[in-house]
Amino acid sequence: MSAVQDIRVITQRQLRLLTRVPEVLIFSTIQPVMFVLLFRFVFGGSISTGQPGGYVQLLMPGIFVQTVAFTLAGTASGLAEDLKKGLIDRFRSLPISQSALVVGRTLGDSMLNIVVLVVMALAGLAVGWRPSSGIVKVLIGFVFLFMFGYALSWVGIFVGLSVADARVVQNVGFIVTFPLTFLSNAFAPTTGMPRVLQYFAEWNPVSTMVAGCRELFGLKNIFGATAGSFPSENPLLMSAIYMGVIMLIFIPLSIRKYKNSSN
Amino acid sequence: MKSVIAESLVKTYKNGEVKALNNLSLDVEEGTVLGVLGPNGAGKTTLVRILATLLKPDSGRASVGGIDVIKNPDKVREIIGLSGQYAAVDEILTGYDNLVMFGELYHLGKKQAVARAEELLERFSLTDSAKRPIKTYSGGMRRRLDLAASLIVRPKVLFLDEPTTGLDPRGRLEMWGVIEDLVKGGTTLLLTTQYLEEADQLADEIAVIDNGTVIARGTSDALKKQVGGEKLEIVVNAENLMKTQEIVARVTGNKTTIDEGLRLISAPVTLGSNALIETLRELDSAGIHPLDVGLKRPSLDDVFLTLTGHAAEVKEEAK
Repeated sequence: MSAVQDIRVITQRQLRLLTRVPEVLIFSTIQPVMFVLLFRFVFGGSISTGQPGGYVQLLMPGIFVQTVAFTLAGTASGLAEDLKKGLIDRFRSLPISQSALVVGRTLGDSMLNIVVLVVMALAGLAVGWRPSSGIVKVLIGFVFLFMFGYALSWVGIFVGLSVADARVVQNVGFIVTFPLTFLSNAFAPTTGMPRVLQYFAEWNPVSTMVAGCRELFGLKNIFGATAGSFPSENPLLMSAIYMGVIMLIFIPLSIRKYKNSSN
Repeated sequence: MKSVIAESLVKTYKNGEVKALNNLSLDVEEGTVLGVLGPNGAGKTTLVRILATLLKPDSGRASVGGIDVIKNPDKVREIIGLSGQYAAVDEILTGYDNLVMFGELYHLGKKQAVARAEELLERFSLTDSAKRPIKTYSGGMRRRLDLAASLIVRPKVLFLDEPTTGLDPRGRLEMWGVIEDLVKGGTTLLLTTQYLEEADQLADEIAVIDNGTVIARGTSDALKKQVGGEKLEIVVNAENLMKTQEIVARVTGNKTTIDEGLRLISAPVTLGSNALIETLRELDSAGIHPLDVGLKRPSLDDVFLTLTGHAAEVKEEAK
Protein backbone atom coordinates (compact mmCIF):
# COMPACT_ATOMS: atom_id res chain seq x y z
CA MET A 1 0.00 0.00 0.00
CA SER A 2 2.77 2.38 0.87
CA ALA A 3 4.16 2.05 -2.65
CA VAL A 4 0.86 3.40 -3.99
CA GLN A 5 1.17 6.34 -1.60
CA ASP A 6 4.73 6.99 -2.76
CA ILE A 7 3.65 6.89 -6.39
CA ARG A 8 0.88 9.36 -5.60
CA VAL A 9 3.25 11.76 -3.84
CA ILE A 10 5.73 11.75 -6.72
CA THR A 11 3.00 12.02 -9.36
CA GLN A 12 1.66 15.02 -7.48
CA ARG A 13 5.11 16.51 -7.35
CA GLN A 14 5.50 16.21 -11.14
CA LEU A 15 2.09 17.79 -11.65
CA ARG A 16 2.77 20.55 -9.16
CA LEU A 17 5.83 21.52 -11.16
CA LEU A 18 3.43 22.34 -13.97
CA THR A 19 1.34 24.67 -11.87
CA ARG A 20 4.44 26.32 -10.40
CA VAL A 21 6.07 26.82 -13.78
CA PRO A 22 3.10 27.54 -16.02
CA GLU A 23 5.53 28.26 -18.86
CA VAL A 24 6.14 24.53 -19.24
CA LEU A 25 2.47 23.85 -19.74
CA ILE A 26 1.98 26.89 -21.96
CA PHE A 27 4.88 26.09 -24.26
CA SER A 28 4.22 22.38 -24.40
CA THR A 29 0.74 23.36 -25.60
CA ILE A 30 1.66 26.21 -27.92
CA GLN A 31 4.06 24.11 -29.94
CA PRO A 32 1.59 21.40 -31.02
CA VAL A 33 -1.14 23.96 -31.60
CA MET A 34 1.30 25.85 -33.80
CA PHE A 35 1.96 22.62 -35.70
CA VAL A 36 -1.78 22.11 -36.18
CA LEU A 37 -2.20 25.58 -37.62
CA LEU A 38 0.95 25.56 -39.76
CA PHE A 39 0.41 22.13 -41.29
CA ARG A 40 -3.28 22.71 -41.72
CA PHE A 41 -2.83 25.91 -43.66
CA VAL A 42 0.59 25.38 -45.29
CA PHE A 43 0.26 21.80 -46.55
CA GLY A 44 -3.49 21.38 -46.28
CA GLY A 45 -4.07 23.06 -49.60
CA SER A 46 -1.56 21.05 -51.60
CA ILE A 47 -1.96 17.50 -50.27
CA SER A 48 -4.99 15.79 -51.68
CA THR A 49 -6.43 13.09 -49.54
CA GLY A 50 -9.36 11.86 -51.51
CA GLN A 51 -11.38 11.74 -48.32
CA PRO A 52 -14.11 14.01 -47.02
CA GLY A 53 -12.94 16.70 -44.64
CA GLY A 54 -9.56 17.15 -46.27
CA TYR A 55 -6.01 17.06 -44.97
CA VAL A 56 -6.79 18.20 -41.44
CA GLN A 57 -8.57 14.88 -40.72
CA LEU A 58 -5.38 12.95 -41.51
CA LEU A 59 -3.12 15.55 -39.95
CA MET A 60 -4.63 15.61 -36.45
CA PRO A 61 -3.79 12.01 -35.52
CA GLY A 62 -0.27 12.65 -36.82
CA ILE A 63 0.22 15.67 -34.63
CA PHE A 64 -1.34 13.97 -31.62
CA VAL A 65 1.16 11.14 -31.90
CA GLN A 66 4.08 13.47 -32.53
CA THR A 67 3.17 15.48 -29.46
CA VAL A 68 2.90 12.54 -27.09
CA ALA A 69 6.19 11.22 -28.51
CA PHE A 70 7.88 14.32 -27.13
CA THR A 71 7.07 13.05 -23.63
CA LEU A 72 10.31 11.14 -24.05
CA ALA A 73 12.35 14.32 -24.20
CA GLY A 74 10.35 15.95 -21.40
CA THR A 75 10.86 13.09 -18.96
CA ALA A 76 14.49 12.71 -19.93
CA SER A 77 15.45 16.34 -19.45
CA GLY A 78 13.44 16.72 -16.24
CA LEU A 79 15.15 13.71 -14.77
CA ALA A 80 18.60 14.83 -15.90
CA GLU A 81 17.95 18.18 -14.26
CA ASP A 82 16.98 16.58 -10.94
CA LEU A 83 19.96 14.28 -11.17
CA LYS A 84 22.31 17.20 -11.61
CA LYS A 85 20.86 19.06 -8.65
CA GLY A 86 21.29 16.08 -6.37
CA LEU A 87 17.56 15.68 -5.86
CA ILE A 88 17.68 12.10 -7.08
CA ASP A 89 20.31 11.33 -4.44
CA ARG A 90 17.96 12.57 -1.78
CA PHE A 91 15.12 10.45 -3.14
CA ARG A 92 17.43 7.47 -3.25
CA SER A 93 18.46 7.97 0.36
CA LEU A 94 14.83 7.66 1.47
CA PRO A 95 13.59 4.38 2.95
CA ILE A 96 11.03 3.82 0.21
CA SER A 97 10.59 1.67 -2.86
CA GLN A 98 12.76 3.25 -5.52
CA SER A 99 10.58 1.83 -8.29
CA ALA A 100 7.68 3.83 -6.88
CA LEU A 101 9.65 7.00 -7.51
CA VAL A 102 10.14 6.20 -11.17
CA VAL A 103 6.57 5.05 -11.68
CA GLY A 104 5.27 8.25 -10.09
CA ARG A 105 7.51 10.27 -12.31
CA THR A 106 6.42 8.63 -15.57
CA LEU A 107 2.77 8.94 -14.54
CA GLY A 108 3.09 12.61 -13.64
CA ASP A 109 4.93 13.43 -16.84
CA SER A 110 2.39 11.58 -18.97
CA MET A 111 -0.50 13.38 -17.34
CA LEU A 112 0.77 16.59 -18.86
CA ASN A 113 -0.30 15.00 -22.14
CA ILE A 114 -3.93 14.97 -21.07
CA VAL A 115 -4.00 18.75 -20.87
CA VAL A 116 -2.02 19.15 -24.08
CA LEU A 117 -4.20 16.70 -26.00
CA VAL A 118 -7.38 18.46 -24.89
CA VAL A 119 -6.07 21.85 -26.00
CA MET A 120 -4.90 20.41 -29.33
CA ALA A 121 -8.23 18.70 -29.91
CA LEU A 122 -9.97 22.03 -29.37
CA ALA A 123 -7.57 23.73 -31.77
CA GLY A 124 -8.20 20.93 -34.27
CA LEU A 125 -11.95 21.31 -33.96
CA ALA A 126 -11.56 25.03 -34.58
CA VAL A 127 -9.77 24.46 -37.89
CA GLY A 128 -12.10 21.79 -39.21
CA TRP A 129 -11.14 18.49 -37.58
CA ARG A 130 -14.29 16.36 -37.32
CA PRO A 131 -13.79 12.78 -36.12
CA SER A 132 -16.71 10.77 -37.46
CA SER A 133 -16.57 7.59 -35.42
CA GLY A 134 -18.47 8.53 -32.29
CA ILE A 135 -17.34 9.49 -28.83
CA VAL A 136 -16.38 6.01 -27.58
CA LYS A 137 -13.95 5.27 -30.38
CA VAL A 138 -12.48 8.75 -30.16
CA LEU A 139 -11.91 8.28 -26.44
CA ILE A 140 -10.27 4.91 -27.06
CA GLY A 141 -8.00 6.72 -29.50
CA PHE A 142 -6.99 9.14 -26.76
CA VAL A 143 -6.36 6.28 -24.36
CA PHE A 144 -3.99 4.83 -26.97
CA LEU A 145 -2.27 8.20 -27.28
CA PHE A 146 -1.89 8.50 -23.52
CA MET A 147 -0.46 4.99 -23.25
CA PHE A 148 2.00 5.69 -26.06
CA GLY A 149 3.25 8.75 -24.21
CA TYR A 150 3.48 6.73 -21.03
CA ALA A 151 5.51 3.97 -22.68
CA LEU A 152 7.90 6.51 -24.19
CA SER A 153 8.27 8.24 -20.86
CA TRP A 154 10.02 5.06 -19.68
CA VAL A 155 12.44 5.39 -22.56
CA GLY A 156 12.87 8.98 -21.39
CA ILE A 157 13.91 7.77 -17.93
CA PHE A 158 16.58 5.62 -19.53
CA VAL A 159 17.82 8.42 -21.79
CA GLY A 160 17.82 10.93 -18.92
CA LEU A 161 19.88 8.63 -16.72
CA SER A 162 22.24 7.66 -19.52
CA VAL A 163 23.01 11.13 -20.78
CA ALA A 164 22.56 13.03 -17.54
CA ASP A 165 23.22 16.51 -18.91
CA ALA A 166 19.93 18.33 -19.28
CA ARG A 167 20.95 20.32 -22.36
CA VAL A 168 22.37 17.29 -24.14
CA VAL A 169 19.32 15.27 -23.15
CA GLN A 170 17.06 17.80 -24.83
CA ASN A 171 19.02 17.35 -28.04
CA VAL A 172 19.11 13.57 -27.79
CA GLY A 173 15.37 13.64 -27.25
CA PHE A 174 14.90 15.60 -30.46
CA ILE A 175 17.34 13.43 -32.38
CA VAL A 176 15.36 10.36 -31.37
CA THR A 177 11.88 11.75 -31.83
CA PHE A 178 12.22 13.91 -34.95
CA PRO A 179 13.20 11.19 -37.42
CA LEU A 180 10.69 8.86 -35.85
CA THR A 181 7.85 11.31 -36.31
CA PHE A 182 8.84 12.48 -39.80
CA LEU A 183 9.86 9.09 -41.22
CA SER A 184 6.28 8.05 -40.79
CA ASN A 185 2.86 8.51 -42.29
CA ALA A 186 2.07 11.31 -39.84
CA PHE A 187 2.25 14.29 -42.22
CA ALA A 188 2.55 13.01 -45.75
CA PRO A 189 2.08 9.79 -47.69
CA THR A 190 5.01 7.43 -47.35
CA THR A 191 4.65 6.51 -51.03
CA GLY A 192 6.92 9.36 -52.02
CA MET A 193 9.84 8.10 -49.91
CA PRO A 194 12.74 5.96 -51.15
CA ARG A 195 12.00 2.27 -50.85
CA VAL A 196 14.11 1.64 -47.74
CA LEU A 197 12.53 4.51 -45.89
CA GLN A 198 9.10 3.29 -46.89
CA TYR A 199 9.72 0.02 -45.08
CA PHE A 200 11.04 1.88 -42.10
CA ALA A 201 8.01 4.16 -42.11
CA GLU A 202 5.66 1.22 -42.47
CA TRP A 203 7.01 -0.51 -39.35
CA ASN A 204 7.66 2.69 -37.43
CA PRO A 205 5.60 2.68 -34.21
CA VAL A 206 4.68 6.29 -34.92
CA SER A 207 3.09 5.18 -38.19
CA THR A 208 1.15 2.36 -36.60
CA MET A 209 -0.04 4.73 -33.88
CA VAL A 210 -1.09 7.33 -36.43
CA ALA A 211 -2.79 4.75 -38.62
CA GLY A 212 -4.50 3.28 -35.57
CA CYS A 213 -5.80 6.66 -34.44
CA ARG A 214 -7.04 7.44 -37.95
CA GLU A 215 -8.93 4.18 -37.86
CA LEU A 216 -10.43 5.02 -34.46
CA PHE A 217 -11.36 8.51 -35.62
CA GLY A 218 -13.24 7.03 -38.58
CA LEU A 219 -10.78 7.49 -41.46
CA LYS A 220 -9.12 5.23 -43.94
CA ASN A 221 -5.36 5.37 -43.56
CA ILE A 222 -4.33 6.26 -47.08
CA PHE A 223 -0.86 7.48 -46.16
CA GLY A 224 0.62 3.96 -46.11
CA ALA A 225 2.84 2.73 -48.91
CA THR A 226 3.17 -1.00 -48.71
CA ALA A 227 -0.50 -1.70 -48.39
CA GLY A 228 -1.23 -5.18 -47.20
CA SER A 229 1.75 -5.37 -44.84
CA PHE A 230 0.99 -6.54 -41.32
CA PRO A 231 1.44 -3.17 -39.57
CA SER A 232 -0.69 -1.33 -42.09
CA GLU A 233 -3.44 -3.93 -41.87
CA ASN A 234 -3.37 -4.17 -38.05
CA PRO A 235 -2.17 -0.80 -36.82
CA LEU A 236 -3.88 -0.93 -33.43
CA LEU A 237 -2.68 -4.41 -32.63
CA MET A 238 0.79 -3.51 -33.80
CA SER A 239 0.78 -0.32 -31.69
CA ALA A 240 -0.29 -2.27 -28.64
CA ILE A 241 2.51 -4.76 -29.26
CA TYR A 242 5.03 -1.95 -29.64
CA MET A 243 3.92 -0.32 -26.40
CA GLY A 244 4.07 -3.65 -24.62
CA VAL A 245 7.55 -4.35 -25.93
CA ILE A 246 8.81 -0.86 -25.09
CA MET A 247 7.53 -1.17 -21.54
CA LEU A 248 8.75 -4.75 -21.11
CA ILE A 249 12.23 -3.65 -22.09
CA PHE A 250 12.45 -0.20 -20.61
CA ILE A 251 10.61 -0.54 -17.30
CA PRO A 252 13.06 -3.06 -15.83
CA LEU A 253 16.00 -1.45 -17.61
CA SER A 254 15.17 2.06 -16.42
CA ILE A 255 14.41 0.98 -12.86
CA ARG A 256 17.68 -0.89 -12.65
CA LYS A 257 19.57 2.03 -14.04
CA TYR A 258 17.81 4.36 -11.61
CA LYS A 259 18.72 2.22 -8.63
CA ASN A 260 22.34 2.10 -9.69
CA SER A 261 22.53 5.69 -10.82
CA SER A 262 24.97 7.91 -9.12
CA ASN A 263 25.62 11.49 -9.82
CA MET B 1 29.15 1.93 20.77
CA LYS B 2 30.21 2.78 17.27
CA SER B 3 27.42 4.27 15.17
CA VAL B 4 29.37 4.30 11.95
CA ILE B 5 32.04 1.83 10.95
CA ALA B 6 33.92 1.77 7.67
CA GLU B 7 36.45 -0.97 7.12
CA SER B 8 39.00 -1.03 4.31
CA LEU B 9 36.74 0.71 1.82
CA VAL B 10 38.02 0.78 -1.74
CA LYS B 11 36.29 2.57 -4.57
CA THR B 12 37.72 3.25 -7.98
CA TYR B 13 36.24 5.12 -10.90
CA LYS B 14 36.85 5.00 -14.62
CA ASN B 15 37.86 1.32 -14.62
CA GLY B 16 40.31 1.61 -11.83
CA GLU B 17 42.12 4.68 -13.11
CA VAL B 18 40.94 6.97 -10.35
CA LYS B 19 41.20 5.60 -6.86
CA ALA B 20 38.69 7.58 -4.84
CA LEU B 21 38.95 5.48 -1.69
CA ASN B 22 42.08 3.54 -0.98
CA ASN B 23 41.58 1.15 1.92
CA LEU B 24 39.82 3.72 4.05
CA SER B 25 38.78 2.78 7.59
CA LEU B 26 37.16 4.93 10.24
CA ASP B 27 34.42 4.89 12.83
CA VAL B 28 32.22 7.31 14.71
CA GLU B 29 31.30 6.87 18.36
CA GLU B 30 27.58 7.19 19.02
CA GLY B 31 26.49 10.73 19.88
CA THR B 32 29.71 12.35 18.71
CA VAL B 33 30.74 14.44 15.73
CA LEU B 34 33.47 13.23 13.43
CA GLY B 35 34.87 15.81 11.07
CA VAL B 36 36.30 14.30 7.90
CA LEU B 37 38.76 16.83 6.69
CA GLY B 38 40.45 16.80 3.36
CA PRO B 39 40.98 18.72 0.15
CA ASN B 40 38.77 18.37 -2.91
CA GLY B 41 39.23 14.98 -4.48
CA ALA B 42 40.40 13.35 -1.26
CA GLY B 43 37.43 10.98 -1.32
CA LYS B 44 35.11 12.66 1.18
CA THR B 45 32.02 12.64 -0.99
CA THR B 46 32.61 9.07 -2.12
CA LEU B 47 32.85 8.02 1.53
CA VAL B 48 29.58 9.74 2.41
CA ARG B 49 27.81 8.30 -0.62
CA ILE B 50 28.86 4.79 0.34
CA LEU B 51 27.79 5.22 3.96
CA ALA B 52 24.48 6.71 2.84
CA THR B 53 23.82 3.68 0.58
CA LEU B 54 24.04 5.68 -2.65
CA LEU B 55 27.15 3.96 -3.91
CA LYS B 56 28.57 0.49 -3.53
CA PRO B 57 32.25 0.13 -2.67
CA ASP B 58 34.46 -2.15 -4.77
CA SER B 59 35.52 -3.85 -1.58
CA GLY B 60 35.44 -3.35 2.16
CA ARG B 61 32.60 -3.22 4.63
CA ALA B 62 30.57 -0.48 6.24
CA SER B 63 27.79 -0.33 8.77
CA VAL B 64 25.60 2.44 10.14
CA GLY B 65 23.80 1.95 13.45
CA GLY B 66 24.98 -1.64 13.38
CA ILE B 67 23.34 -2.30 10.00
CA ASP B 68 25.38 -3.35 6.99
CA VAL B 69 25.05 -0.67 4.29
CA ILE B 70 25.73 -3.06 1.43
CA LYS B 71 23.50 -5.95 2.51
CA ASN B 72 20.70 -3.93 4.06
CA PRO B 73 20.53 -0.50 2.45
CA ASP B 74 16.78 -0.12 3.04
CA LYS B 75 17.17 -0.53 6.79
CA VAL B 76 20.05 1.94 6.82
CA ARG B 77 17.94 4.50 4.97
CA GLU B 78 15.41 4.42 7.79
CA ILE B 79 17.87 5.75 10.34
CA ILE B 80 20.03 8.20 8.39
CA GLY B 81 19.72 11.74 7.21
CA LEU B 82 21.82 13.06 4.35
CA SER B 83 22.54 16.57 3.27
CA GLY B 84 24.90 16.93 0.37
CA GLN B 85 27.12 19.53 -1.20
CA TYR B 86 24.28 20.90 -3.22
CA ALA B 87 20.94 21.76 -1.74
CA ALA B 88 19.09 18.68 -2.93
CA VAL B 89 15.61 20.02 -2.70
CA ASP B 90 13.10 20.81 -5.36
CA GLU B 91 13.87 24.34 -6.51
CA ILE B 92 10.51 24.92 -8.08
CA LEU B 93 8.46 23.87 -5.10
CA THR B 94 8.18 26.01 -1.98
CA GLY B 95 10.06 25.23 1.20
CA TYR B 96 6.84 24.07 2.79
CA ASP B 97 5.90 21.83 -0.16
CA ASN B 98 9.33 20.25 -0.13
CA LEU B 99 9.21 19.33 3.52
CA VAL B 100 5.66 18.01 3.32
CA MET B 101 6.58 15.96 0.25
CA PHE B 102 9.60 14.41 1.94
CA GLY B 103 7.57 13.86 5.11
CA GLU B 104 5.00 11.94 3.10
CA LEU B 105 7.74 9.94 1.42
CA TYR B 106 8.94 9.02 4.91
CA HIS B 107 5.37 7.76 5.45
CA LEU B 108 4.49 10.19 8.20
CA GLY B 109 0.98 10.65 6.88
CA LYS B 110 -0.24 13.96 5.55
CA LYS B 111 -1.19 15.46 8.90
CA GLN B 112 2.05 14.61 10.62
CA ALA B 113 4.07 15.58 7.58
CA VAL B 114 2.49 19.03 7.70
CA ALA B 115 3.08 19.37 11.44
CA ARG B 116 6.71 18.30 11.11
CA ALA B 117 7.27 20.65 8.17
CA GLU B 118 5.97 23.59 10.18
CA GLU B 119 8.08 22.62 13.16
CA LEU B 120 11.25 22.39 11.10
CA LEU B 121 10.59 25.63 9.22
CA GLU B 122 10.18 27.35 12.57
CA ARG B 123 13.32 25.82 13.99
CA PHE B 124 15.45 26.84 11.02
CA SER B 125 13.98 30.35 10.86
CA LEU B 126 12.36 29.73 7.50
CA THR B 127 8.74 30.27 8.43
CA ASP B 128 8.59 33.63 6.68
CA SER B 129 9.79 32.16 3.39
CA ALA B 130 7.92 28.88 3.70
CA LYS B 131 5.55 29.68 0.86
CA ARG B 132 8.20 30.88 -1.57
CA PRO B 133 9.81 28.65 -4.18
CA ILE B 134 13.29 27.50 -3.18
CA LYS B 135 14.82 29.20 -6.19
CA THR B 136 14.17 32.56 -4.51
CA TYR B 137 16.12 31.49 -1.40
CA SER B 138 19.63 32.60 -0.55
CA GLY B 139 22.37 29.98 -0.47
CA GLY B 140 22.26 29.81 3.30
CA MET B 141 18.48 29.40 3.37
CA ARG B 142 18.67 26.59 0.83
CA ARG B 143 21.20 24.71 2.89
CA ARG B 144 19.10 25.14 5.99
CA LEU B 145 16.06 23.81 4.19
CA ASP B 146 18.12 20.94 2.84
CA LEU B 147 19.29 20.16 6.35
CA ALA B 148 15.70 20.38 7.59
CA ALA B 149 14.67 17.85 4.94
CA SER B 150 17.28 15.43 6.20
CA LEU B 151 15.97 15.75 9.76
CA ILE B 152 12.33 14.95 9.11
CA VAL B 153 12.39 11.57 10.81
CA ARG B 154 14.96 12.50 13.46
CA PRO B 155 17.75 10.37 12.06
CA LYS B 156 20.05 8.50 14.42
CA VAL B 157 23.00 9.22 12.19
CA LEU B 158 23.39 12.30 10.09
CA PHE B 159 25.77 12.77 7.18
CA LEU B 160 26.61 16.30 6.12
CA ASP B 161 28.78 16.54 3.05
CA GLU B 162 30.46 19.93 3.01
CA PRO B 163 27.49 21.71 4.56
CA THR B 164 28.93 25.19 4.15
CA THR B 165 30.84 24.98 0.87
CA GLY B 166 29.92 27.94 -1.24
CA LEU B 167 28.23 29.91 1.54
CA ASP B 168 29.21 33.44 2.42
CA PRO B 169 30.66 34.01 5.91
CA ARG B 170 27.30 34.94 7.35
CA GLY B 171 25.61 31.87 5.89
CA ARG B 172 28.42 29.75 7.23
CA LEU B 173 28.06 31.13 10.76
CA GLU B 174 24.30 30.55 10.66
CA MET B 175 24.84 27.00 9.49
CA TRP B 176 27.38 26.36 12.22
CA GLY B 177 24.89 27.57 14.81
CA VAL B 178 22.24 25.23 13.45
CA ILE B 179 24.62 22.26 13.42
CA GLU B 180 25.86 22.99 16.94
CA ASP B 181 22.28 23.02 18.23
CA LEU B 182 21.61 19.79 16.48
CA VAL B 183 24.59 18.05 17.97
CA LYS B 184 23.57 19.08 21.47
CA GLY B 185 20.53 16.87 20.93
CA GLY B 186 22.81 13.85 20.72
CA THR B 187 22.70 13.12 17.00
CA THR B 188 25.69 11.19 15.71
CA LEU B 189 27.17 13.27 12.93
CA LEU B 190 29.72 12.63 10.25
CA LEU B 191 30.62 15.89 8.63
CA THR B 192 32.98 16.40 5.73
CA THR B 193 34.67 19.68 5.14
CA GLN B 194 37.60 21.24 3.42
CA TYR B 195 37.58 24.10 5.89
CA LEU B 196 40.00 23.47 8.67
CA GLU B 197 38.33 25.90 11.04
CA GLU B 198 34.99 24.25 10.43
CA ALA B 199 36.26 20.88 11.62
CA ASP B 200 37.88 22.63 14.54
CA GLN B 201 34.64 24.37 15.43
CA LEU B 202 32.15 21.53 15.07
CA ALA B 203 33.87 18.20 15.46
CA ASP B 204 34.75 16.21 18.58
CA GLU B 205 37.25 14.26 16.56
CA ILE B 206 38.85 14.84 13.20
CA ALA B 207 39.91 12.34 10.59
CA VAL B 208 42.23 13.87 8.03
CA ILE B 209 41.97 12.14 4.67
CA ASP B 210 44.10 12.50 1.62
CA ASN B 211 44.11 10.41 -1.55
CA GLY B 212 41.33 8.20 -0.29
CA THR B 213 42.79 7.15 3.00
CA VAL B 214 42.87 8.39 6.59
CA ILE B 215 46.25 9.88 7.34
CA ALA B 216 45.58 11.11 10.86
CA ARG B 217 42.90 10.86 13.44
CA GLY B 218 42.32 12.51 16.78
CA THR B 219 40.91 15.50 18.56
CA SER B 220 41.76 18.87 17.15
CA ASP B 221 44.12 19.46 20.08
CA ALA B 222 45.84 16.11 19.65
CA LEU B 223 46.37 16.75 15.96
CA LYS B 224 47.83 20.14 16.68
CA LYS B 225 50.18 18.60 19.23
CA GLN B 226 51.32 16.12 16.65
CA VAL B 227 52.63 19.01 14.63
CA GLY B 228 54.46 20.62 17.48
CA GLY B 229 53.83 22.85 20.41
CA GLU B 230 53.23 26.53 20.75
CA LYS B 231 55.24 29.27 19.18
CA LEU B 232 56.04 32.65 20.58
CA GLU B 233 55.66 35.37 17.99
CA ILE B 234 56.74 38.97 18.36
CA VAL B 235 56.54 41.82 15.89
CA VAL B 236 58.82 44.80 16.48
CA ASN B 237 60.14 47.84 14.65
CA ALA B 238 62.86 47.06 12.14
CA GLU B 239 65.64 48.71 14.18
CA ASN B 240 64.90 46.45 17.18
CA LEU B 241 64.84 43.22 15.22
CA MET B 242 68.32 41.94 16.09
CA LYS B 243 68.12 42.95 19.73
CA THR B 244 64.75 41.27 20.13
CA GLN B 245 65.98 38.11 18.52
CA GLU B 246 68.76 37.92 21.05
CA ILE B 247 66.33 38.27 23.93
CA VAL B 248 63.92 35.68 22.56
CA ALA B 249 66.74 33.22 21.96
CA ARG B 250 68.03 33.69 25.46
CA VAL B 251 64.65 33.38 27.17
CA THR B 252 63.34 30.41 25.20
CA GLY B 253 66.65 28.66 24.78
CA ASN B 254 65.49 27.68 21.30
CA LYS B 255 66.39 28.51 17.75
CA THR B 256 64.54 31.58 16.50
CA THR B 257 63.41 32.46 13.04
CA ILE B 258 63.08 35.92 11.63
CA ASP B 259 60.76 37.08 8.92
CA GLU B 260 62.30 40.41 7.99
CA GLY B 261 59.44 41.45 5.76
CA LEU B 262 56.90 41.04 8.53
CA ARG B 263 59.50 42.03 11.17
CA LEU B 264 58.36 38.88 12.96
CA ILE B 265 60.48 36.84 15.32
CA SER B 266 59.25 33.45 16.35
CA ALA B 267 60.52 30.59 18.43
CA PRO B 268 59.08 27.34 19.71
CA VAL B 269 58.37 27.42 23.42
CA THR B 270 57.58 24.78 25.99
CA LEU B 271 55.98 26.76 28.78
CA GLY B 272 54.33 29.32 26.65
CA SER B 273 52.94 31.81 29.14
CA ASN B 274 56.10 31.88 31.25
CA ALA B 275 58.25 32.50 28.21
CA LEU B 276 55.87 35.21 27.09
CA ILE B 277 55.98 37.09 30.39
CA GLU B 278 59.72 36.71 30.72
CA THR B 279 60.34 37.93 27.19
CA LEU B 280 58.11 40.97 27.67
CA ARG B 281 59.89 41.85 30.87
CA GLU B 282 63.28 41.66 29.14
CA LEU B 283 62.05 43.68 26.18
CA ASP B 284 60.65 46.31 28.53
CA SER B 285 63.92 46.72 30.36
CA ALA B 286 65.68 46.99 26.99
CA GLY B 287 63.28 49.77 26.07
CA ILE B 288 61.73 47.84 23.17
CA HIS B 289 57.99 48.10 22.66
CA PRO B 290 56.64 45.20 20.60
CA LEU B 291 53.97 46.01 18.02
CA ASP B 292 52.35 42.65 18.38
CA VAL B 293 53.01 39.75 20.61
CA GLY B 294 51.38 36.40 21.09
CA LEU B 295 51.47 32.69 21.55
CA LYS B 296 50.40 30.81 18.51
CA ARG B 297 49.17 27.26 18.50
CA PRO B 298 49.50 25.47 15.17
CA SER B 299 46.43 25.80 12.96
CA LEU B 300 44.89 22.85 11.25
CA ASP B 301 46.46 24.25 8.11
CA ASP B 302 49.82 23.58 9.69
CA VAL B 303 48.59 20.12 10.63
CA PHE B 304 47.61 19.38 7.09
CA LEU B 305 50.86 20.64 5.73
CA THR B 306 52.88 18.55 8.14
CA LEU B 307 50.84 15.40 7.56
CA THR B 308 50.61 15.47 3.81
CA GLY B 309 53.68 17.39 2.87
CA HIS B 310 51.50 19.66 0.79
CA ALA B 311 49.02 22.37 1.59
CA ALA B 312 45.31 21.62 1.44
CA GLU B 313 45.43 21.98 -2.29
CA VAL B 314 42.49 21.69 -4.57
CA LYS B 315 42.52 18.74 -6.93
CA GLU B 316 39.98 17.87 -9.50
CA GLU B 317 37.07 16.30 -7.70
CA ALA B 318 36.68 12.66 -8.59
CA LYS B 319 33.08 11.98 -9.43
